This record gives sequence, structure tokens and C-alpha cells, in this order.
Amino acid sequence: MRLQRVWAWLALAVGMVYFLLPLIATFEFSLRMRRGVYSFDAYRVVLADPNFQATFGYSVAMALLTILMGIVLVVPTAYWVRLKLPRWRPVVEFVTLLPLVIPAIVIVFGYIRLYNTSSILPLTGTAMGTNLLLLLGYTTLALPYMYRAVDTGLRAIDVATLTEAAQSLGAGWLRIMTRIILPNVLVAVLSGAFLTFAIVIGEFTMAALLNRPAFGPYMQLLGANRAYEPAALAVIAFAITWACMGLIQLVTRFQKHTHLPR
Amino acid sequence: MAFLEISHLQKFYGPTHVVQDFNLDVEKGEFVSFLGPSGCGKTTTLRMVAGFETPTSGSIRIAGKDVVNLRPNQRNIGMVFQAYALFPNLTVAQNVAFGLKVAGRPRAEIAERVREMLGIIHLPELGGRYPFQLSGGQQQRVALARALAVRPQLLLLDEPLSALDAKIRISLRQEIRAIQRKLGITTIYVTHDQEEALSMSDRIVVMNAGVAEQVGDPFTIYNRPATRFVAGFVGTLNALEAVVTDPARGALTIDGQAVVLGRPIEAASGATIGVAIRPETLALGQRPEADGVLRGNVRDVQFLGSVLRVRLALDRQVVALDSFNTTALRPPAVGDPLEVSFATADMLVSAE
Amino acid sequence: MAATGGLSDRSARSWAWVGLVPFLAFALLFLILPTMQIVLGAFRDSEGAFTLENVRNLFTPAILGSFWISIRISFASAFLGCVIGFAVAWAVTLGDLPRWLRGPVMTFSGVASNFAGVPLAFAFLATLGRLGLVTVLLRQWFGINLFALGFNLLSFWGLTLTYLFFQIPLMILIITPALDGLRREWREAAEILGASSLQYWRMVALPILWPTLLGTLALLFANAFGAVATAYALTGSSLTIVPILLFAQIRGDVLGDPHLGYALAFGMIVVTGIGNALYIWLRTRAERWIK
Repeated sequence: MRLQRVWAWLALAVGMVYFLLPLIATFEFSLRMRRGVYSFDAYRVVLADPNFQATFGYSVAMALLTILMGIVLVVPTAYWVRLKLPRWRPVVEFVTLLPLVIPAIVIVFGYIRLYNTSSILPLTGTAMGTNLLLLLGYTTLALPYMYRAVDTGLRAIDVATLTEAAQSLGAGWLRIMTRIILPNVLVAVLSGAFLTFAIVIGEFTMAALLNRPAFGPYMQLLGANRAYEPAALAVIAFAITWACMGLIQLVTRFQKHTHLPR
Repeated sequence: MAFLEISHLQKFYGPTHVVQDFNLDVEKGEFVSFLGPSGCGKTTTLRMVAGFETPTSGSIRIAGKDVVNLRPNQRNIGMVFQAYALFPNLTVAQNVAFGLKVAGRPRAEIAERVREMLGIIHLPELGGRYPFQLSGGQQQRVALARALAVRPQLLLLDEPLSALDAKIRISLRQEIRAIQRKLGITTIYVTHDQEEALSMSDRIVVMNAGVAEQVGDPFTIYNRPATRFVAGFVGTLNALEAVVTDPARGALTIDGQAVVLGRPIEAASGATIGVAIRPETLALGQRPEADGVLRGNVRDVQFLGSVLRVRLALDRQVVALDSFNTTALRPPAVGDPLEVSFATADMLVSAE
Repeated sequence: MAATGGLSDRSARSWAWVGLVPFLAFALLFLILPTMQIVLGAFRDSEGAFTLENVRNLFTPAILGSFWISIRISFASAFLGCVIGFAVAWAVTLGDLPRWLRGPVMTFSGVASNFAGVPLAFAFLATLGRLGLVTVLLRQWFGINLFALGFNLLSFWGLTLTYLFFQIPLMILIITPALDGLRREWREAAEILGASSLQYWRMVALPILWPTLLGTLALLFANAFGAVATAYALTGSSLTIVPILLFAQIRGDVLGDPHLGYALAFGMIVVTGIGNALYIWLRTRAERWIK
């Protein structure tokens, strides 16, 4: 057994070196802006850049709207399928897996061709329309993760019995959805929400091809022109991703305290 | 020199003394059971013999050779696991052949041996099936065939029947014992089911909290339990309180009724001690050879077909008695006064 | 399910699908129809008639070369991702390491598998670019001039190395449950029957894991094939993998033929579709054994 442990430590060490080196290197690089001395100048420049503030704000807003749209679309659907239409489950699950199969670039290409100025829904004609299109695209990208999270959450609660109990007490569908179902799957929804946030914040392909002032294209542009600021951006982006994942862990651990073990 | 000699085997998990000074000599061809509740150390001891756990101290000699420093794959031992552990990607035949294939035996020899083993377990046509296509009982038989195919010098079984339902358990344990007898292979069988241990074994080791409380053949273990634990764990027992009146003669009273054991008791006069007697040693009514008598009222009666189970209420305590059904005699009714008799030699005085 | 009156029950059931309409409408309008538009567009010419011309035009050296580079990078990053990811996952589950290591490794894998795109490119530029930390340290401490030796981050191996950052964690996340499914008794049974560690892996464990391993390889391949942002941020348009080519084509018709864009996108869907189908098929096969 001793030799096996050596190999295991070796494999782990190689993995750690591969993953930690770039992170350390990026951080180190981002501190090099001022010649000869380590400083946070790169961060200061980036954070003060009005373009950064504008695009970051845009992407944050987009992320929040995507989360909202995702919840409104996915939670009732997952609930309805689980309750009334169990035979449709495989179909719905297949549909939610499609965005993982079809590359984002193809989807947005389809949007451009389908919703251009000479079609029924000329969304690309206006800025607002294009924003809407991007929002719908983001919702599509986040769909697999949102659905899986919510479905897992619904599986843990007895949806049918809760609904019948609520109905026997006179609750209508909207009240059931908002007061009964949503609070009980809140943790699952939050997990999906944080994941969506992480995905939307850094997204590049759709935003670039639809020409929207999002954070992803801003980062790419900065990378083409500047040296040290992109590294600072990468550190910020990684920190955001890490924060999102950490919040998911936190939220799931909190759930363990409010759910009785089965 | 016995075939398997376990000497002063100890195992610590951190501060917990899981197996304490375990000693056992097993003759060749003997069937020994380790019997005890969960956590008593029986499985740990078995796994030390197999080589999956390393003893903290002590030795294990098989045919004179100390195997403690050998890896499990060097000990030539067969093992059957509680969860069958059949390899899911291999057919039944390939599972049985596994040990032989690992040893590099020629293909013809393997095929013949597999055919032979499948015949011994009475599943000759299932060679091409996969484990997930078999029932639990079938899987366990295949596991047994797989373990025996390599002609091991020792066979270890770790609660092999626990995962099966009652009827299969009974038929399968008879089959296991028959195969073991036929092949004459030295066997250690771990179980928490006393019926299994009693019906299958040449000898039983009753274990509790890491200690082997008694080693003996089934008759002795059952009828002459050495400790209170063995008496309580193996078979059912009436545990009663008695007050000593004359320690020299062994006279005591149980709820005011006099019983004379005819042998000295180690206790002071007037002390309260625990005594125990098995339900089947009590009989309804008086009998010439029974020198102990208890009287009371019938608390309840369970007619179980071949067995009649009566609970007799004394002044404060209740005594249970098991009696075979007799067609001539109707069972007593609840509330009836009843006299039961027993041989005082069958009344056990608690050691503590 | 409570049984209510027959007729009202049936009419309740027959209207239930209405609840699915918003979702289906969304999926149709913003997922299925756009994709169909591309797929059909690959087979339509300027007049709208059916043609195989567009697909045939894919078979030019430039475009085929693009597909070939994409396939090679995707396969390389998928294969290495599988091997290294397997090694790390094995180390943390079966490798007899301290238990507490597993949680952080899993969490980090979750983070790293989502850290793709533009920031990842910057991170690797900061590591192995001309002024990158590792490049500089190698030169200062060991006297090794990485770039003089022919290494270039903006190349096949550079991109593959970068892709590994999200491929390896994905492999870890997928293979860890499969490794957990390898029951301890199988290993012990094999051992007591005389098998060495190598024989156990060769005869029992790897055959059981095989479908999952191959399936994940296919998934990682498809994953890499469809990735755009990292490559674009790293190499600009210099490394002409298929997604970059499509990107440029959508932005401005660099290929001189708008229909070719459709064909390219269709080609991408075919590759990623096959990859994912293989993954799902092999996964279901794997689950059949582990009952």
C-alpha cells in the first residue's frame, strides 16, 4: 500500500501544480504594472475605467435578468412536469440538454439569421431588441444547469402531496407556486442562479456576435491592446467564479440544516 | 498441531480494543462459527485471517506457517462476502474461473473445473448468465463456487446469508454445510444468527465486545453457557431474581416460592442473585424427575402449532415456558392456576 | 395519484399539456428553430432550393485543414484531460489519501470547469506567454529558453494545454462517482482469489469503467470542439480552428460565400452531436452493469 500512496500524492501534486501555477502567475503578472515594484495599479486602472464599469454593469444586469427569466421559465415547468406530465419528462430533459450539445456560436448564428431585420421578429434591428435576444440566448445557455438544479430540488420534496394539501386549503396556482413550491426549492434555485451568474458574467461568443457592450467582449478587447490589465481582469473573473461556487456550497450546506434526514 | 492456530490475536483501532487476546485452534475439515452481535469483533477477526486487516499483535498459523506477513493474494484462502461481490462484467462461468485464470492454469483445466463447480452448486446451465440476471441465492452460490474453485486450504464466510430472505437462508445453509462436508475444507463462518451457528457448526466461538466468551460445540454452548452473555445471546432465557436462604444447600426463594438447587451458591444468605432457566426445560404439571416446582397463574398462551408458549405469572415476575403440542392435552386458559416443574440442575446461577 | 371521476379526470389530463406551452414555445423559438434554420440553411442555395453544394464546398483544403486542426486539438485535450483527470480522481478516491482532500478537490473542479473563455486565455498568457511567470522563471532559474526551443502558446499545443484547465476538472467531476461505484468487495474478492493489483484493474475495474471512460472522452471531445472564446482570446484569428472560422464568417463573410457559414455550423453540430450521443449511449451501458 505504501507505493500506491506515493503515486497518489504524485498525481495530486501534478494536478495542483498545473492548476495553481496559472492562477499564481496571473496574480503575479497583474501586480507588475508599475515597473520594478509590485502594486495594484492594474486593478486601479481597470476599476476606474468607465468602459469597465459600463460593461460590467451591463453584464451584471443581464445576469440578474437571465436568472429571473430562468426561474420564471424553469420552476413552473419542472413543477408541472413532475406533477401532471411525468411521461413528458424525458422529452423536457432532452430539450434542456440540447444547449450543451449545440455550441453557443451556432445558436447565436441561428438568432442572427432568424431574427434579422427581414423576418417576422426583427429583433436585431434595434438595440433593445438585440438586448432581448441576448437575454434569451443567455437563458438558453443556462437552461441545462437551471433545470437540473430545480429538478433535483423538486425531487427532494413531495410535490404532489404538498400541492394537494395546499389545494384542499383553497390555494390557487399562483399562490401554490410562490408560497409553497418556490420557498421549498429555494436552495436549488439559488444554486442554479449562482451558476447562471458565473456563466453570463464571462460570456463572450453571443455578446460579441450580437455586438452588445458586455463584459466578455470588453475583456477580449482589453486583452488585444493592453498587457497588465487583462491579468487583473482574469483575477477578478476567477474570484467571481469562485465566489459563485462558494455561495452554492454555502447554500447547500444551509439546506442540510433545514431538511430532515430521510 | 492444529491446522489453523490463532494465538493472542489483538486489534486496536486507535484507542478502541476491537479484538482482545483471541486464541483458537481449528482442526482440518472443521466447521467453526464466530457468533455474536454487531461490533463484537467477529468480522474483524475473520478479516485478519484473510489478510485484509493487520493484527496489532499475535500470530495466525495455517498448516504451521505464520501468514500474518503475507498479502491476501498469497494465502490461498477462499472467501465469500456478505454482498456476494461477484464481478459484474464477467459471466457466472468467468467469475468461477477467475482465480484459476489469475493463476495461469491451462484453459482446458479451467473449463473442466468450472463445469465441476457449477455442478456442485447445482447451477450447471447458468454459466453464461451475468450476475445481475441472477437471484440473491444464486449469486451467493456462484460466489461459493468461485471461492472453492481454486482449492483453497481454508474457507472464510462473512455473514453470507444475511442479505437473503428467510426461506432461502435455511435451504442455502444446509447446502453450504453439505458442500463443506463433502470437500472436507476447513471453514470459518461469521454470523449473528444463532440458529445458523447452532445448526451448521462443529464448534462455535461466541464473541462479545472483542472477547471470545466461550468456545464449544453447539450442545455445550446452548446447555452449559459459561457466561451470562452467552446464556442470553444464544437461545431464549428466563432471567429471574431470587433471594438466597441457605447458600450451602443452594436454597433460594423466587417470589416467595422455595427452590433447592442441591449445590452450594457463592453468595451471602439474604442476598439477591440472578438465576436463569430456559423455557423448554420447564414442563406443565409435575414430573417425577423434576425436583423444582413453581406455581402461578397463566398470564398468556400462544399456540404456535407445534410449540405451545405459556407465560406464567408468579408474584411479581413472569416465567415463560415452551412445550411441544400434545394432541391429548388442551392448552391452559388465561387466568388458570398452573404448576410448572423443572430439573434444578437446569437452573443456572448467574456468575456475576 | 387519487382516482377521481372518469370524465373530469380525462379532460383534466388532456388540458395539462397547456402548462408546458411557455417552455415549449421558448425552446422552439430560441433553441430549436434557430438550429433548424442553420441546419436547413446548409442545404439551401440562394434561391431556397435544396442543394448539397454548400456541404460539398466544405471539402476544400483550407476548411478541411480547419476541421483537422479542431479535431486534433479536441482529441488531444480530451485524451490528456481523461488521463490526468482520471489520475487525480483516482488519487483522491481510491488512492488512500486523507479523506478531507476530496471535498476541496471537487469544489475546485467545479470552479475550474466553469473558468473557461477569455479570462482563461489571459491566465495562460500570464503563465506561459513571452513575459509569463513560468517562461521567465525557467529562463532565470534553469536557463531554459522556452521560446527558443520552439514552444509557442499561440499554437496547437498551447491551446491544448489551455483547454486542459477545464477538461481535467470536467473529467474529475464525471469519473469520481464512477470510481465510487467500484465496490470495495470486488477488489477484496479479486485479491483473495490471488489477483495482484494490476490484474484486478485489468480484469475487473477497467472493464467496468470502460464505458464511462470512453463516454467521457467523447464528451470532452465535443466540449473542446465547440469552444470559441478561449481560442479567440488566445490566438485571435491566427489558429484557424472551426469555431474561429465560423466566428469570422459570421462577423464578416471572410469565405466569400454566405452559405458556407451554414455548412460550417452544420458540420460543428454533427461533430458535437455525435460526441454527445456516444457519451449518453456509453453511460447508459455502464449503468446497466452496476445494479
